[in-house]
Amino acid sequence: MNSSVDPVEAITFFLCALVVMGGAFGVVTSRNPVHSALGLVATLFGIAVLFLAQGAQLLAAVQVIVYTGAIVVLILFVLMLLGVDTEDDVDEEPLVGQTAAAIFVALGLLGLLVTTVFVGGSEIVTGTKSTTAAISPDESNIAQVGRVLFTDYVFAFEITALLLTIAVVGAVVLARRPRSYEPMPEPASMAAPEPFPSQDDAEGSVH
Amino acid sequence: MVELVWLIPALPLTGFVLLVCFGKRLGEPAAGWLATGMVTASFLTALVVFGGLVAKDERAFSQTLFTWIPAGSFEVGMGFYLDPLSMTMVLFITGIAALIHLYSVGYMHGDPRFSKFFLYLNLFVFSMLMLVLGDNLLVTFLGWEGVGACSYFLISFWFEKPANASAGKKAFVTNRIGDWGFMMGMFLVFFTFGTLRYADVLPAAGGLAETTATLIALMFFIGAIGKSAQIPLFVWLPDAMAGPTPVSALIHAATMVTAGVYLMCRMSPVLEASADWVPQMIAWIGVLTALLAASIAVAQNDIKKVLAYSTVSQLGFMFLAVGLGAYWVAIFHMITHAFFKACLFLGAGSVIHGMDHNQDMRVMGALRKFMPITAFAFLVSWLAIAGVPPFSGFFSKDEILTFAYQESPAMYAAAMVAALLTAYYMSRQVFLVFWGKPEWEELTNPEPVTVVTPGEDGGEATETTTVPSQTELAVALGVPADEFHELPAEFHPHESPWTMTVPLVVLGVLAMVGGFLNIPLVDDGHFLEHWLEPVFEETSTHLTVSDATIIALLIVSTVVAAIGIAAAAVVYLQHRVKPVEPEILAKGWYIDSSISAFVGGPGTAAFEGVAAFDRVVVDGAVNGVGAGTRSLGQSVRQVQSGYVRRYASLIGIGSVLVMGFMVFRAVV
Amino acid sequence: MEGLNAGYLMLSALLFCMGAYGLLVRRNPLVMLMCVELMLNAVNLSFVTFGSMLDDVAGQAIVFFVLVVAAAEVVVGLGIVVAVSRRRPGATADDIRTLRG
Repeated sequence: MNSSVDPVEAITFFLCALVVMGGAFGVVTSRNPVHSALGLVATLFGIAVLFLAQGAQLLAAVQVIVYTGAIVVLILFVLMLLGVDTEDDVDEEPLVGQTAAAIFVALGLLGLLVTTVFVGGSEIVTGTKSTTAAISPDESNIAQVGRVLFTDYVFAFEITALLLTIAVVGAVVLARRPRSYEPMPEPASMAAPEPFPSQDDAEGSVH
Repeated sequence: MVELVWLIPALPLTGFVLLVCFGKRLGEPAAGWLATGMVTASFLTALVVFGGLVAKDERAFSQTLFTWIPAGSFEVGMGFYLDPLSMTMVLFITGIAALIHLYSVGYMHGDPRFSKFFLYLNLFVFSMLMLVLGDNLLVTFLGWEGVGACSYFLISFWFEKPANASAGKKAFVTNRIGDWGFMMGMFLVFFTFGTLRYADVLPAAGGLAETTATLIALMFFIGAIGKSAQIPLFVWLPDAMAGPTPVSALIHAATMVTAGVYLMCRMSPVLEASADWVPQMIAWIGVLTALLAASIAVAQNDIKKVLAYSTVSQLGFMFLAVGLGAYWVAIFHMITHAFFKACLFLGAGSVIHGMDHNQDMRVMGALRKFMPITAFAFLVSWLAIAGVPPFSGFFSKDEILTFAYQESPAMYAAAMVAALLTAYYMSRQVFLVFWGKPEWEELTNPEPVTVVTPGEDGGEATETTTVPSQTELAVALGVPADEFHELPAEFHPHESPWTMTVPLVVLGVLAMVGGFLNIPLVDDGHFLEHWLEPVFEETSTHLTVSDATIIALLIVSTVVAAIGIAAAAVVYLQHRVKPVEPEILAKGWYIDSSISAFVGGPGTAAFEGVAAFDRVVVDGAVNGVGAGTRSLGQSVRQVQSGYVRRYASLIGIGSVLVMGFMVFRAVV
Repeated sequence: MEGLNAGYLMLSALLFCMGAYGLLVRRNPLVMLMCVELMLNAVNLSFVTFGSMLDDVAGQAIVFFVLVVAAAEVVVGLGIVVAVSRRRPGATADDIRTLRG
């Protein structure tokens, strides 16, 4: 199986794997949610390095910028906003049988996936090697990914842009403070429309 | 003139409708005269139609008024079928009904619901006429149910007394059991022939398979048992005496109870096509009923109950004739029985009227001196029913006995014993009521009773003289206290008004001469037999015994009647022998009470069981389905606990299982 | 399988399972979100690995989209957490269970 493994690559992989697993372990078992966030950062960095090792440079960069730099930061923002208290939610489990179910799911999945990897061997990937979008060492990775994104997957690309817009709108709507429930002003008569409707709203809510 | 046949039932129906609308306003006695007029008009129309029928060559006439039920292949018309059989029935039904209506005007005088009584009577006459005139089984059934309903109305006419209401209910329910048989017979007929019309069914009856014919005949016989009070459904008839006496005379003597006999005669082709044991069974049931009822009548003390059991007994004779295949003889006996039994009942009513509503014979006596006309009619009818020549009953009963002798000596002997008992108990009744000591005089002028009580401790003996009350004396005679009506001080039985005596006399005369409708031995004297020939020719049994045998049988009948009368005279007139009235006979062989005990005891338990089954199993199943669904829903509901983590773990477990299955499939 | 591909795939599987376990066990909504991120990253890694096994850039392109969707999801998820926490400070995933049978 391991025919020609670059020792550098192997060591990199091994170290990053450690980092990734350690971070994941921290996320799952930390009592303090901020510690979990830090563990997540470690995992994400490890994954970014692994991307690099695989030759996906763009992705590594995007991973660090978007995931670590934006998403984890957002999570930390909210954590701080809502207040950090060390809950002892790792110690006790109120739902009966939940831990057993979780262990079953985790170990089951793991076992099955590992079995698939080892039993499948080289036939685990069933697709054919691509002819159009082969990874070539000549072109830069960014150019290759960019080309594929804007030609083969342009439709999906545009849709994701829409998706992001929707997400932003949703977030804004969700995070608004609830308006005070005052009655709508009487509809103005046709004869004398009021230039500026007078409102006594401290929030300045717009109708 | 035969086209006027529709008018015959239409007139009483009109009377009924008019009385429903205006009866209360007409009041007494106009309502009574209206009803009587309607039925008399119906009788006169019947005479006219009779003339028309006789004039026809072929003595049959069909008239359909309209299509009653048009339902595709099942079509029933409202039609009338006039042939000698139905003509005969119509004549004596309307005639006797008219007389009884006249009688009721006098009998029901003073009753608060006078007009309602006549309303029901007219409805009854209408129903009975529909029964006999119908040209198909469904119209007959309409009449059949109608007379049953009217019987119920009229038996419980004085429903303020719970016993009367109960008697009406009993009659209706017992009839209903028989009606089931009629309906099954109707269904079978339709299933076999595809039609219910007599004109289509009866000629084709000869081609019936034996089992089908047997089944049909049995079902109709069950209906006849219910309506005509044979074993085992006769228990309603004695109770039906709770109704006013004209009702007993009309419905439970002359007309309704004969409907069963009429039905069997009408369906005679089917009876002939059935297995041999069916007519045998009918004959034996008839003769056993005659014997049983006669034995019970010997020990009855209510004047009407004796006549009720007598009716059951005579109906048994009629069924004996039917079973022997002598259908015209059954009709003959039906006619003579109608005459003398109606006369007896009306006479009994007259006696009850004269005795201030007392019905127990033990407080009567020597009434012939005070009610001569009633006595005359009663005596004539007595001789008729006892079978004394030349009165009507002698001829009809003797014909039956002759046929019975021809069939089987055992049957003849049993019928003879019944005839003997008939003569005995009827004579007993006549002697108790019209002869002997006037018991009522003792009651109204009681002898003081002196009781000597010895003094205490050797002191003076004291005498106490008390005058016993009427009720006490009556109870001493054996009359139940609640059935005794106190008599006024200066009491003398009086004769009834002309409205009551005229029908009595007419019926008495008919009872005298009615026998000459069919004279035995004389070839040209068989009027009734020849008249009914077109109907019964192919189905009737014919007499094969020699003339000498017939004469011998005639003499034997007369002798037996004489023995019966003489025996009763010895016991009840001359008081030389003590009366034999065993308890078991007085209680009707305990048949009625055992039926009540059974239905009330195990019967009710069985019905409760069935009801419980319905409640528990059937309802329980239905409710159980609902309850089961609910509980299933309740348990499934637990899955949606609201915990997101639970949902997630369920998803996880599910996906592990699915993936496991896929890997398993790939690996193995 | 060439080189370390098996290793990458096993690492991805392990990371996924840890994320799944954490999602089922933790009650703090933010920590649950982080576990979801773990799972997503595991998938990303496996995509890139498959892309290199198949010599296809599409694997990386797909990761792009996963990234975008993950971002959007986090945004909305945090919005929900904030909105819920306003009403009930310190609410855990178990406290939000009004929608039940």
